[in-house]
Amino acid sequence: MTAGAVQLAPLLGQVTIHSRTGANAPCQAQESKVFCFQWAVDNFDRYTTPFLNQLLLVLIAVGIGFAVAFAFAILSHRQRWLIPTFTGATGVLYTIPSLAFIFLLLPITGLGWETAIIVLSVYTLQIIYRNIVAGLSNVPVESQDAGRGMGMTDRQLLWRVELPLALPEIIAGLRIATVSTVAISTLMVFANVNTLGQPLYQQIDFKTNIVIAAGLSILMAIALDLLLLVSQRLLAPWRRPSMGARA
Amino acid sequence: MSGALHLGVLSVFGDAINFIFHQQEARTGQTMVGGPDQVWHLTGQHLKVTFLALGLALVIALPIGVALGHFRRGEAVAISVGNAGRAVPELALIAFVAAFIGVGLLNVTFALAVLGIPPILTNSYVGVSQVDRDAVEAARGMGMRGLQVVGRVELPLAVPTIMAGVRTAAINIIATAALASLAGLSTLGDLILGRNVYGDAGVVAGAIVIALLAVTLELSLAGIQWLLTPRGLKVARAGAAA
Repeated sequence: MTAGAVQLAPLLGQVTIHSRTGANAPCQAQESKVFCFQWAVDNFDRYTTPFLNQLLLVLIAVGIGFAVAFAFAILSHRQRWLIPTFTGATGVLYTIPSLAFIFLLLPITGLGWETAIIVLSVYTLQIIYRNIVAGLSNVPVESQDAGRGMGMTDRQLLWRVELPLALPEIIAGLRIATVSTVAISTLMVFANVNTLGQPLYQQIDFKTNIVIAAGLSILMAIALDLLLLVSQRLLAPWRRPSMGARA
Repeated sequence: MSGALHLGVLSVFGDAINFIFHQQEARTGQTMVGGPDQVWHLTGQHLKVTFLALGLALVIALPIGVALGHFRRGEAVAISVGNAGRAVPELALIAFVAAFIGVGLLNVTFALAVLGIPPILTNSYVGVSQVDRDAVEAARGMGMRGLQVVGRVELPLAVPTIMAGVRTAAINIIATAALASLAGLSTLGDLILGRNVYGDAGVVAGAIVIALLAVTLELSLAGIQWLLTPRGLKVARAGAAA
């Protein structure tokens, strides 16, 4: 009995010492420290897959959202009555909170990429659509007349005059849609997609983890925003980009 | 195949409606969950934190945005705040506040208000600064002073833009309030995030109630906007639409 107790005491001492001096042990306690650099360096690879998943999800969702919004915007360019209809419908969809949206789809599409893509692309519709429509209506009548004077058909006028002139507004809409989609896509962890929301949700009280996951998501948003800004300067060099549209 | 699918979909939504109106045994057994009492309680909690946060965001952001717009200063700040706000992941914000500041009603209110400030600040700046200069000059010519110009001319004329920001803020806040249970506050999000207790019926019930609440809030704010908009603006808008 006594021998056992004597042997145990040094062991306990070792355990305590180890947990205080181990390379990443102090951060495993998940408290006190605001940011544990050593843990971040040791564990950075666990954010690679969520980051890439989130990036892919954003690109697919914004791509689909743009395709749908673009098609409807072109349609409503000639059929003006479609504008309030489409704006109203996408406005109602935009109002539904994303978490509720995911689980309203649960009985229909289950959980997974499909659901996440539907929810995210639906949210992009309104802002992209509104900006394409606004861009097309802001095209000066003189430019349209010049095109017609050169003998352009409606379709040529659209693709060679109106759409290029509307490019700054179109890209401004894409920028807003992309930045918001990056932020909302973290919530797609609740649709069982391993985005940066996954590490956030798994260790929600671990400060270092929160800083890294949130930081990566914000960096992704800034990088994509800059990419679109640069592409606008290259594609429409005649006009300086505006600072951004309203909410 | 498709018939069976439709029946399955309908039955889950049916179970969800049933969950809202009738108490039932939890998936984990023993306790009773669902029913009007619990749903009402969670709805009340959800609305309480939503309105507190929206109020706090208004009190902070509206004066700043209106002042910046009135003096036409700080455009870069006012616009950047709105742009930056969009990049903040809601889940990270809740996690950040819970881990660094604390949990409970006050902390969640603060976190949600942070989410509502950018659209209100940016839109009140844009709305006020875009008011027709001639209207402002006319008001000064009639002998109005700074605050009178703001209250009687700039604010009324900026109502549509400001309210667009308030509505965006309200949607963001009521949506993110569903995550409040991660920061120790019971809201309707409890149902959505508690699948192993409430089952699919409870999860879908939570989603239905939250979606209805959000749409109702949006419609109410649209109504308030209509009431606040000066009659002259409505006439001008109707004329432009016709």
